[in-house]
Amino acid sequence: MLNIVNKSPLDRTALQACIDAATGGSILLIEDGVYAATRGNAFEAKLKAVQGSYKLFALGPDLDARGFGDRVMDGVTVVDYAGFVELVAEHKNCQSWL
Amino acid sequence: MTTKKFMFVNRKAPYGTIYALESLEVVLIGAAFEQDVSMAFIDDGVYQLKKGHQTKGIEMKAFEKTYGALEDYDVNKLYVDEQSLAARGLTADDLCVPVEVMSRAAIGQLMAEQDVLLSF
Amino acid sequence: MKFAIQVNEGPYTHQASDSAYHFTKAVLAAGHEVFRVFFYHDGVNNATRLTTPPQDDRNIVNRWSKLAQGSELDLVVCVAAAQRRGIVDDGEAKRNGKDATNLAPGFRISGLGQLIEAGIQADRLVVFGD
Repeated sequence: MLNIVNKSPLDRTALQACIDAATGGSILLIEDGVYAATRGNAFEAKLKAVQGSYKLFALGPDLDARGFGDRVMDGVTVVDYAGFVELVAEHKNCQSWL
Repeated sequence: MTTKKFMFVNRKAPYGTIYALESLEVVLIGAAFEQDVSMAFIDDGVYQLKKGHQTKGIEMKAFEKTYGALEDYDVNKLYVDEQSLAARGLTADDLCVPVEVMSRAAIGQLMAEQDVLLSF
Repeated sequence: MKFAIQVNEGPYTHQASDSAYHFTKAVLAAGHEVFRVFFYHDGVNNATRLTTPPQDDRNIVNRWSKLAQGSELDLVVCVAAAQRRGIVDDGEAKRNGKDATNLAPGFRISGLGQLIEAGIQADRLVVFGD
């Protein structure tokens, strides 16, 4: 499954909820969700801890817009909207953690 | 028509926002399509099922009864996250309808098996 | 592959409609089919032609309308959600005795069944919201 998270983990529980429930697959961070993938944020360690269970992606245009294009943590693959579409296509199903 | 597994995922509390009510409207309409429908209640979504809603004072429609009507629409799979209940001081006895209380991991398993996940 | 897209938030306040728009364009650019874009909750507010953003800002409503006209996209606004929020086409205005309409070109108002149908017909359904 492709899990899509659009909330900052420092404000909302969507990403934590996703990590607690999901059974592997991929997580794509979009919109304010991309803050989770930035170096030095308080959720970074938690995200690092699940790298073995999930492939991690973040949407480049949303990182750039927020001034974090050059501060993405290791192990997160940055994709553009075309990459977003590919991720949806290549996973059997997807869920947006609203 | 093809039958797909639809899961409606509810993570939001009622009344503060309209998501719970409008989600329920989709479920009721969706029932007519004879799909394999289930509902999951996790995080604040479990508050939707707390019994005893008294909405007179806020002049909103109480839709608690609608959850009770779901079985008339053949929507019988209501999954509630145990951890979310516990975190809110609730047990299954506090809920307005019979549900299956299960671990978050078990709900995650069910999610992985779905064709369509509608989140509200 | 056939995609369906659901938009749960209105324009400007949330990024949901922007994200959905860029995603939809990328789906089409990749040669996939968009079966339907369904607007629900406050998402129905993406369909008012009365939107007038400042000139140096994107016009979210017109952008959807143009995409619909160029790519024959099916943009569907939920009727129940639209009635609550005052999104009205000719038929709805007549039925409910309203003195104006505001549905933007390229959108149509229809029932929630269209969302379920999109879930059934499309290979993937992607939800954008808050």
